[in-house]
Amino acid sequence: MKERILSILKELGTDRDYENSTDFIDEGLLDSFEIVELVEKLEEEFGIEIGGRDIVPENFTNMETIEKLVLKYKGEA
Amino acid sequence: MYKSVLEYLEESEAKFPNKTAVIDEDGSDTYSLLADKTRRVGTYLLKRGLKINDVVVVLLGKERNTLSAFWGISYAGGIYAPLDCQAPTKRLRLIMDVLKPSFIITDNDNQNKAQELISSEQIILIENAHNEAPDAAALKAVQQERIDEDPLYIICTSGSTGVPKGVVINHRAVIDFTEEASKVMEFSEKEIFANQAPFYFDASVPDLYCTIKNGATLHIIPESWFSFPIRVLEYIRENSVNAIFWVPSALIVTANLKALPEVDVTCLKKIMFCGEVMPVRQYNVWKKYVPDAKYVNYYGPSETTYASTYYVIDREFGNDDILPIGRAAINTGILILNEKNERCAQGEAGELCIRGAGVSLGYYNNPEKTQEVFVQNPLSPFYRDIMYRTGDIVRENERGEIEYVGRKDYQIKHMGYRIELGEIESAAMGINGINRSCCAYFEKRKMIIMVYEGEITENELNDELKKRIPEYMLPSRIIKLDTMPMNANGKVDRKLIKETYCC
Repeated sequence: MKERILSILKELGTDRDYENSTDFIDEGLLDSFEIVELVEKLEEEFGIEIGGRDIVPENFTNMETIEKLVLKYKGEA
Repeated sequence: MYKSVLEYLEESEAKFPNKTAVIDEDGSDTYSLLADKTRRVGTYLLKRGLKINDVVVVLLGKERNTLSAFWGISYAGGIYAPLDCQAPTKRLRLIMDVLKPSFIITDNDNQNKAQELISSEQIILIENAHNEAPDAAALKAVQQERIDEDPLYIICTSGSTGVPKGVVINHRAVIDFTEEASKVMEFSEKEIFANQAPFYFDASVPDLYCTIKNGATLHIIPESWFSFPIRVLEYIRENSVNAIFWVPSALIVTANLKALPEVDVTCLKKIMFCGEVMPVRQYNVWKKYVPDAKYVNYYGPSETTYASTYYVIDREFGNDDILPIGRAAINTGILILNEKNERCAQGEAGELCIRGAGVSLGYYNNPEKTQEVFVQNPLSPFYRDIMYRTGDIVRENERGEIEYVGRKDYQIKHMGYRIELGEIESAAMGINGINRSCCAYFEKRKMIIMVYEGEITENELNDELKKRIPEYMLPSRIIKLDTMPMNANGKVDRKLIKETYCC
């Protein structure tokens, strides 16, 4: 799953180092339109629908938190 | 009759001294405190030797001290020019070369940046200015000589040759806009605004002036909150915000990130937007969750002071329709001219040209660029009648409303910012190892795409661009090509690049 998330992230923007970042938000790796695109692509790739309540910085901090978020919806589906 | 925006502040100070004027993360100012801080800044500048029409750069974050800095400069007879603290030093230096300011007002957080731009003697810390004892008589003496056509601020915009342009706006232009907006939107002291646009961007002009004209309250929302809009909406609900002037990008992100179903923001009664095209799809999401608000689509470039036309949405639109930009504001003249400089017939597309009190005094220290776009109205050749050529192509629909069609040149609107793709290309061309570059805008995905030919890698190019242009101008995608596609005229084939990479 990590690889699939990473490849989605890499499609978003210009060669940003998501692999070695611990905080995408603090390090400015995601702007607001990229978050919109990321949510759309995660939903498409994993066949989930992420609720508005879960679109908060804590869930998009790094690879681990995004994976946890996807797993939460995969589990519920 | 008003001749200075400072009269708005003085009137609200007299009427509502103890009312909160402005709130940010660190605290709030009442009208009496805000006016007092403003006079302290003005007095301090006079003592430091500020002269009439000197430019003072304001290098502050999104915080309430910006207001006393702006109006303190104006009290002392100066022109305020806000800059983006996050912008690369190289770009700020280009702007400094154009503006040649007497001082920079900044704070402890941004002092280092200021030191890269100007000598230490010309740096003023806002905290120090606030400690000056106000001299109302000295400020009054300066104000007596001022007229409404004197400049109030300079907003810097992207220039196609890589040199930013400083749009000079006078008091009268801002008063003209504020009076009409207040009337049309029925603003009063009951208005509670939530500011979205940074103050170095003219989309924040209505927030500032509709607030102080009406004795309303302005909440300054941190920029980073807009990436996760639930927090912004919760803030709106908790503080009973009832009016917003936002750029469409902020409204689009809020709708797309599904924040509206989660937080009840029906406290919002007036929702206004300007700065780029507002897509109907996202407008309809807002309308669904905040059905009773009045929605207004404003249109206008910085050169004509925030907005020149507006459309109060009065009917339903399907997701694929286009929102009209409406009709001319009062005291604004709109001409749609074809290539022969004749008026277009209804339905015929032509360049939108604007006349009126809102028209800028021109680009600061740049008579050539000024003469290119602030030109004599070709329909009245026998006396001085200046109009601004927007470069925007529009047409009038059968209802008599103006509809936006597109741009004449390579200018785009991205996240509400006006960007010349040429400026990004010029920045790239200044980098060693770049032979050719071309930018295109992928409207649907809101992405700037750059393709280039050269010896350096995409990563290296991105790192170099970061040093030269602000964050919002950075391409989202950079693609290295072996050879740049050229058209029959030996020019870079922009059309082909757009078709290849923006789909």
